[in-house]
Amino acid sequence: MTSNHEAAPAPVVLELRNAVKSFGAVVAVSDGTIELREGEIHALIGENGAGKSTMVKILAGVHRPDVATFQVAGEDASFRNVGDSKAAGISVIYQEPTLFPDLTVAENIFIGRQPVNRLRLIDRRRMRRDAAALFAELGVDLDPHRIADGLSIADQQLIEIAKAISMDARVLVMDEPTAALSGAEVDRLFTVARRLRDQGVGILFISHRFEEIFALTDRITVMRDGAYVSTHQTAETTEAEVVREMVGRSVDQLFPKEPAPIGEPVLEVTGLTRRGIFSDINLVVRSGEIVGLAGLVGAGRTEVARAVFGIDRYDDGSVTLNGTPIPPHDPQASIDAGIAFVPEDRRKQGLVMDLSVARNATLAVRRELARMGLISASHEREVAEEWTDRLQVKTSSQSAPVSTLSGGNQQKVVLAKWLATEPSLLIIDEPTRGIDVGTKSEVHRLISDLAGRGIAILMISSELPEVLGMADRVVVMREGRVSEVIDRSDAVPEAVMRAATAAREEVPA
Amino acid sequence: MSNLTATAEPTEQDSTWAARAFESLRHMRELPVLAALVVLIVVTYAVNPLFLSPQGVKDLMLNSTIVVILAVGQAMVIITRNVDLSIGSIVGLTAFLTGTLFSGNPDLPIAVVLVAGILLGGALGMFNGLLVTLAGVPALVITLGTLYIFRGLNNAWAGGTQYFADDRPQAFGNLSVQTVLGIPIITLIAVAVVLVAGLVMARTRPGRDLYAIGSDPDAAKLFGIPTTQRVLSAFVVNGMLAGLAGVLYASRFNSVGATTGTGIELDIVAAAVVGGVAIFGGSGSVVGAAFGAVLLTTITSALTAVRVDKFWQQAIVGVLILAAIIIDRLVAMRNERKLRAEAQR
Repeated sequence: MTSNHEAAPAPVVLELRNAVKSFGAVVAVSDGTIELREGEIHALIGENGAGKSTMVKILAGVHRPDVATFQVAGEDASFRNVGDSKAAGISVIYQEPTLFPDLTVAENIFIGRQPVNRLRLIDRRRMRRDAAALFAELGVDLDPHRIADGLSIADQQLIEIAKAISMDARVLVMDEPTAALSGAEVDRLFTVARRLRDQGVGILFISHRFEEIFALTDRITVMRDGAYVSTHQTAETTEAEVVREMVGRSVDQLFPKEPAPIGEPVLEVTGLTRRGIFSDINLVVRSGEIVGLAGLVGAGRTEVARAVFGIDRYDDGSVTLNGTPIPPHDPQASIDAGIAFVPEDRRKQGLVMDLSVARNATLAVRRELARMGLISASHEREVAEEWTDRLQVKTSSQSAPVSTLSGGNQQKVVLAKWLATEPSLLIIDEPTRGIDVGTKSEVHRLISDLAGRGIAILMISSELPEVLGMADRVVVMREGRVSEVIDRSDAVPEAVMRAATAAREEVPA
Repeated sequence: MSNLTATAEPTEQDSTWAARAFESLRHMRELPVLAALVVLIVVTYAVNPLFLSPQGVKDLMLNSTIVVILAVGQAMVIITRNVDLSIGSIVGLTAFLTGTLFSGNPDLPIAVVLVAGILLGGALGMFNGLLVTLAGVPALVITLGTLYIFRGLNNAWAGGTQYFADDRPQAFGNLSVQTVLGIPIITLIAVAVVLVAGLVMARTRPGRDLYAIGSDPDAAKLFGIPTTQRVLSAFVVNGMLAGLAGVLYASRFNSVGATTGTGIELDIVAAAVVGGVAIFGGSGSVVGAAFGAVLLTTITSALTAVRVDKFWQQAIVGVLILAAIIIDRLVAMRNERKLRAEAQR
């Protein structure tokens, strides 16, 4: 049970093999495998969408795998719910834990299991003492009597860890725990993690930060496209090797952008800063150019796009379009100036699902359509038809609710809506998320076509092949900053991945 | 690793003592309402000393009794992030049940009538609770519906019939007249309710579960708390307390009929909120709600005592409710910001 990493391997505490999990037509995990030993810290790494989160949710009992061989401590496991997973000794620490804000720290640890006296009344003193003992064991200074509201994320995670210990967890899964922590908080978390490892707990650590992975873990398992790739002893591998395995796939056959003449700068973003979210963002997008905004989930890409378009405020910096300043925090002014914004979540933000195709396609131009404040249905249909035809939207009729269309065709309706405003800049966030492979290339052809007509395009994408295939330049963001700008000719997966993940100190400015 | 530690971190100890003192004050959500009550009584007494005459004090206690019992039950429901608007109608039905039972059988033991009223109230509360937990429709809507249903039943049952003080046994009416150590018996019952409910809510697992549910219903489910069962029992207990209040209403007041208890539900919700029970659930206490109920009844009496025109009294009560809630909200927001800032520094 002690930390004997050098000697004979410790017994396996958790083993999930050949897991398959799909949601409808989308296969999130096609061949997931993870093996966790007692007293080890094991990293699970992969790109966005590689299936790590789904694996975590399988272990947590949130998702049931369609197929899998699953053993915990040598016994077959089949979790119906979170409770089953906890009963098996698995505790999951999420990036942002869910605590009860109105209850005290001690009560958050022991809720439902509070120590009681002979009268079945909660023994608050003992509860507080037990909580204090747990924190002492973890070597952290937290007041058990304080209510949880207002605690930092780091402290909330520690409360979750304390709870896990109090429940005698054998397996601790940490899903990107360090993403929102400061340096000192990360150090403290790692001290706790090592201490638990030395007590024999198996820890699965999910992170995008290589310096953390190499500093903390004993082994590394790499996933790619929902499937297991490899497992290494951390000491026997290198960052270069695992990065290659994370991205290792050929990009050649994917969505090439048609060459288009690149003209004058359309969008110029200078020193854009929103405190705590992103800082000092500089961007130029020229007409006919596609700029890919790459980075990990949470790097601040969408937030930058929202600020440029005027949905969110920003503290500092400026945005100009064709040389004219765009007023901050005023989406209507942005639309009038010629910016179109296709958001990531088209169902919630891009479309009104119950309205017809025609109504959706003309939403952004309904003012121009109106005659004396009234919109003529036939005029609306004409305008809608023009654009849906050009984008080849497949729909039974213009009056069909947009909810009846496939994901790809919905995305085309969103595009049609914005193209009707004849924008000079199109910002498009995750253009092909949730769209089947066949339609993906159609959407890509469309975007490329728009660039060919001289529209400047800023494309946010978490899919490396999409970025590499489509973008003339790749702007990589990491933790709220632009970490690197890579030209198409130099944009290889490894370079983008490294710029998105590597420690700030290791990248030359 | 260590090169990530560039930003200076404050030492934890700096804030601990201050935060703890601050925290325990912040935790005392009953404090503002208690302070307001004291100020109100002192000021009114200064203007009109008759306000605290023996009869004046007794009237204050009697007037508060039924509202306190109802506020305790309502607080338990609100803490689970629900609300019960039907309690006025439950009071009406159980008060009329009490009148009916006594007019038919004047020799019926008081205990039997109490139990009957509590059982009827509990059954109506369970009806509410089942609809809320099973249908998944907000309690606001469900209990707005049952408010009318229960009142409709009351109307159909009572018709034009009213029962008066003469229709019930002297001993039953005496519950609201006789005192022990200067405290009316029905008020003692209310105090017992507050103490028991306060203990259950603060010191038992099911009581704490109610707070957890109101604090974050989804998380509560994830933690394996039997949320359906708990919310259902909160509604049942609230119904039982409304039933008890209905029986005591028949003891306290001269007449009961088809309209008894109409419109009091909003007074009760107001009392709970003024007493520090957060309308979004998760925080506050039944003791605070009881104080809130006493405060609101006392305000009404105090305004009469200082001869404020009856016409203005309701408006002033309304202003006080808003003031209490806005102050509570401002304090909470300031504290939140302060705590967040401390945590993030």
